[in-house]
Amino acid sequence: MRFGNGRRRLTAVDGVDLDLPEAATLGIVGESGSGKSTLARALVGLVPIASGDVFLDGDRLPTARDGRVVDRRRRIQMIFQDPFASLNPRMTVGEAIGEALTVRGGAGRGVRGAEVARHLDLVHLDPQLAERMPSGLSGGQRQRVAIARALAARPEVLIADEITSSLDVSVQSAVLNLMRELSRELGISTIFVSHNLATVRYLSDRIAVMYLGRVVEVGRTDPVVSAPQHPYTRALLYAVPSLGGSVPADLELGDPPDPHAPPPGCHFHPRCPVGPRTRPDRQVCIERDPREGAEDRPHCAYCHFASSDAVHQAEERVHVARDR
Amino acid sequence: MTAAPLSLGRQRNWWAVHARTAYLFRRTSRLLVSLVLLLTATFFMIHLVPGDPVRAALGTTAPQSLVDARRAALGLDKPLVTQYLDYIRNLLHGNFGTSLISGERVTDVIKDRGPSTFRLAGIAFLVAILVAVPLGILMAALTRDSKRRPLELGFTATAGAIAAVPSFLTAVALVYVFAVKIHWFPVAGQGGVSSYVLPIASLSLGPIAALSRIVRVEGLRVLEQDYVRTARGKRLPARIIYLRHALPNTLTPTLTIAGLLVGGLVAGTVLVENIFAWPGLGTTLVSSVAQKDYSTVQAVAVIFGAVVLLANFAVDIALGAIDPRSTILDV
Amino acid sequence: MNQRGLSRILQALRTPVGIVASAGLLLVIVLAIAAPFIWSGDASRIDILHTSQGASHAHWLGTDALGRDIFYRVLVATRLSVFLAVLAAAIGAAVGIPIGAVPAIVGGPVGRLVTGFINLAVAFPALLVAIFVASIIGVGAHGAVIGIAVAIAPYYARLSQTLSSSVAGSEYLAAARMLGVKRVRLLTRHVLPNIAEPLLITSTISIGDALLSLAGLSFLGLGVQPPQYDWGRMLNEGLNRIYVNPEVALGPAVAITLGALTFALFGEVLAKAAGAGGARRWLRGELAEADAASVRAGVGSTEPAGRAGAGLAGAGATDLVLAVENLTVSFPGGAVPVRDVSLRIEPGEIVGIVGESGSGKTLTAMAIADLLPAAAHLSASRLCLFGEDPRALSTSQRRRLLGRSLAVVYQDPMSALNPALRVGRQVGEVAEVHQGSSKREALGSAVDRLRAVHIGSPESRARQYPHEFSGGMRQRAVIAMGLMAEPKLIVADEPTTALDVTVQQQILRLLRDVSVSRSAAAILISHDVAVVSQLCSRVVVMYAGRVVEELDVGTLVDGPAHPYTAALVAAVPTMASDRERPLASIPGRAPTPFDDLPGCPFAPRCPRASDLCRAQMPPLEQRSPTHRAACWHPMPAGADIVEEVAV
Repeated sequence: MRFGNGRRRLTAVDGVDLDLPEAATLGIVGESGSGKSTLARALVGLVPIASGDVFLDGDRLPTARDGRVVDRRRRIQMIFQDPFASLNPRMTVGEAIGEALTVRGGAGRGVRGAEVARHLDLVHLDPQLAERMPSGLSGGQRQRVAIARALAARPEVLIADEITSSLDVSVQSAVLNLMRELSRELGISTIFVSHNLATVRYLSDRIAVMYLGRVVEVGRTDPVVSAPQHPYTRALLYAVPSLGGSVPADLELGDPPDPHAPPPGCHFHPRCPVGPRTRPDRQVCIERDPREGAEDRPHCAYCHFASSDAVHQAEERVHVARDR
Repeated sequence: MTAAPLSLGRQRNWWAVHARTAYLFRRTSRLLVSLVLLLTATFFMIHLVPGDPVRAALGTTAPQSLVDARRAALGLDKPLVTQYLDYIRNLLHGNFGTSLISGERVTDVIKDRGPSTFRLAGIAFLVAILVAVPLGILMAALTRDSKRRPLELGFTATAGAIAAVPSFLTAVALVYVFAVKIHWFPVAGQGGVSSYVLPIASLSLGPIAALSRIVRVEGLRVLEQDYVRTARGKRLPARIIYLRHALPNTLTPTLTIAGLLVGGLVAGTVLVENIFAWPGLGTTLVSSVAQKDYSTVQAVAVIFGAVVLLANFAVDIALGAIDPRSTILDV
Repeated sequence: MNQRGLSRILQALRTPVGIVASAGLLLVIVLAIAAPFIWSGDASRIDILHTSQGASHAHWLGTDALGRDIFYRVLVATRLSVFLAVLAAAIGAAVGIPIGAVPAIVGGPVGRLVTGFINLAVAFPALLVAIFVASIIGVGAHGAVIGIAVAIAPYYARLSQTLSSSVAGSEYLAAARMLGVKRVRLLTRHVLPNIAEPLLITSTISIGDALLSLAGLSFLGLGVQPPQYDWGRMLNEGLNRIYVNPEVALGPAVAITLGALTFALFGEVLAKAAGAGGARRWLRGELAEADAASVRAGVGSTEPAGRAGAGLAGAGATDLVLAVENLTVSFPGGAVPVRDVSLRIEPGEIVGIVGESGSGKTLTAMAIADLLPAAAHLSASRLCLFGEDPRALSTSQRRRLLGRSLAVVYQDPMSALNPALRVGRQVGEVAEVHQGSSKREALGSAVDRLRAVHIGSPESRARQYPHEFSGGMRQRAVIAMGLMAEPKLIVADEPTTALDVTVQQQILRLLRDVSVSRSAAAILISHDVAVVSQLCSRVVVMYAGRVVEELDVGTLVDGPAHPYTAALVAAVPTMASDRERPLASIPGRAPTPFDDLPGCPFAPRCPRASDLCRAQMPPLEQRSPTHRAACWHPMPAGADIVEEVAV
């Protein structure tokens, strides 16, 4: 699946080009205001696209008049963040999953009960829960019902938008394990959106890092995480708390900018530790969009100074800062 | 998660000022549009009446010449658009037309009786606010944290019951008790100060009950907020917590409700004036409707409607002034 | 409506209010249907010998101008009054509800236009609109009904609009649409069931309103015309005789009031049934300063001694910033969210409290900070803060002690600041109250503190309102607020949970710097073990209201002893997690504050649990000078919890 989205009204997503390989998991990570959730919603047609296309298996998905993607064969399904809002409070679990089966077709009344039970089993829930209403379930259970419902529609692509952020730690791991198991056993292509880099890394084969509506770095997980090329990715990595580590020294990033007035050129330049703020000779960061010529750089990092010596110098600087 | 500040440095001031004026502009244009709609609706009133309005007003026995004369006087023979424009123009000049029945100038009627009505409604409004708001806040302070449950229950039940009783029933009860039985106040008519008491009381009792309940609930809601907990965490004395931290945040919802109150009071005056034979626009309205004096009905509807719209507008402006966030979150 | 809804309604109807309301409604309905059959003869019998009489034995409420008995007329009038009210409400609903649903379905400029129109219509008082419409159509019953219906329709439209837009924007509808559910089924199965209940309730209440308005119209002479009569008309007739025979007006007046009240009350009962969700207020974190009266010094629990007092090696008791033993917080109703917690904090130490939701960590901190809800009952065998027992102090003494030496940082910076006050004012008032500074001095100190927490251009920032700050800045302002006095203890309750990860590090660093520079101790509460381990020297792990382990960070990383701690650490993916292995997960659910099982609270979920664990509570035992754990089968050092815990 491939998608490239253009500008939206408030430029929530700006010129994103991404590929999702088959049976793989693409993780999209970013902080608030990065546009990752907007991107996810645009892919399922919840949010209109101003320009750009979404291709699924080579077929271009049509867009309706208001710019929303229309997925007639329901090949893309989404799981939402809030487990308390994503289930109809007046339908039982069984009815919710059964609805998905009915739409897909091929499940008569008699078979449906068994299919519902099978799907509940798939997400490690007791099939007897089919009789219950969502209000009787915990957050983790609800989230799993949402996953079962999405799977019942036999999607080719599954998008998980911050599905663990509202859950308790001990419950999160169960859901993450489930996602991992499902993507490996069922071979579904998944897009996993989260602000938590460690979670994204755990589940994804490829990672895309977003900042202020743009993808700043994308590539296979291990290389991106072990040797990030973009200063923002490095900053993110640096900020992930590690068990028993020390509080990292100040990168002096400053405050996040106003999404209504993004900085010109590279959006990150006012906060970049190796950009024009600290190195006045790097004016190109203000003048030119770093996405030009990105294909040549490792991990397609959208930075003028990726894959240059400067990166290694920055690395040293970061190491020095950490030891301080 | 984090939200970026609205703007930084020099940009901020421009945006903040801009937001205020934009808000003002939006609200003013909304008012103007509403006024136009009101005028249009009242204009069409006469034309929607089934049959001939003038004939209906004058009765079947009136001579045709009189009917025709009145029709001409009202300009009902002219094309619709012309009538509409004349109507608007006349209104802007303060000319409310002529009564279908009496031939009087409606403007005179309004000048004559309008002040009585607005005096009544205005005083009732002030009384309602001045009594209900402190009462509600006091109740909130007393019953917070589920303290004094009996008081809460008693207050809610009593206020609820009083609020449910419409103003005309209250008026009847008050008249019976205080005018007929005890003779403290006159039964009807506008006169000295004592003649104002019963009408004002009937008008404001229900709203006081309803408003104080709402103010109490809003006050409780504010007291539950995190920032009140912060204030307690700073170990500020109770007086400062209530007056400086809680009170300003109750103003906003209270103001909104006060705006709604105006509409209710305007309706209430129509009823109360009838009971107390008050020489105001309410009685005028009722008698004109009964007599099918459409031009007068039209005029009074315009007046009352405009008052309601202006009151809402004033509330919106006041809200914008005291709560800067509302200008930005404005739809 | 399903089983549960029905049972909830029946339950609500069984309350005293419910019984009254249902009885009243039943009476009204019965009268409306049956009264004319039974009494219309009596009601219309003209008796010219007894016209306009007052109450008497024969005529309980007197007679009217034609000698007809008013009491019977009131009963018979029920039908017309109620019928017209129901009709008006029904028409109003039929018109208003679809109009209100339009913006949600159509959207765009048309939707906005409709919304604007509805808002405009709602502003006008119903009675005036009704009079206006009635004047066009003509006075009489149908003019009145249509007038009221037109007047009520905007309220229905407004409600319908609110409801349908909330449903339309809901995620379950989006999910259903994504599944490809047909539009008809979307409407019937998803939208309608979720808006039906509030609509039904409002309709019931609005019948009461319609009744009142109709009575008002008839009272004015603009509604029901003779020979028909309804309560309003009768009131009109009765009013003229109020000086002579007031009871004549009494009958209809009472009927109107009771009739309207019945519908309103019934509607409210239904609303309560629908809205009942058992919102326990203390769970929502309602906090207030506890008065000395409600904080009673009590004896601690009856658990065996020998563990609480043992404590850790460290400074002498009087030097401690905080020493609390057997702290228990309970609420009326049987909830005990904090049980037997003991904690010691030395000056300058940063201690972390880790736990998931429901572990009691926040309430423990609030208990220490004396910010518990008023309903909470605190007991502790020892509570020593800055060398004094707050419970033994007077209110003003306690306020002074805590105001000067204790700073609290809250979880949600957005709501912790008062949106109506300027930041500088809020930050500075601590100095005004506790240090006797003037307003100007306080503002100056506030600006200093804002600068100290790295807020740029603090002078202009101090004049701004909280909504003009970003999340990270607000949190820094809250920290600045705490720094106004010279705190000896900073209690930070999940200070970074609501913030982005890059901002999180800034705040944590700030907390550390502040603690170091002022030699202030700090308690950092979080559900994030990694965050806590970065900042704190010592970590306290809480589960089900109890302390299950207390250890330093090194031990935490190498090998905690308690299985829960180990599972908690292993359940969170880190940058070094093995992607080929599943994460540790803990099956089941944590106990609620109402549960009080014998034995270890973690036993139902613990892979190492034995019968002993389930039967007897393990004591908090000292395993090393810096390590305590409450477990009968502690993990050996270096064990791998993932092996033991089923996925």
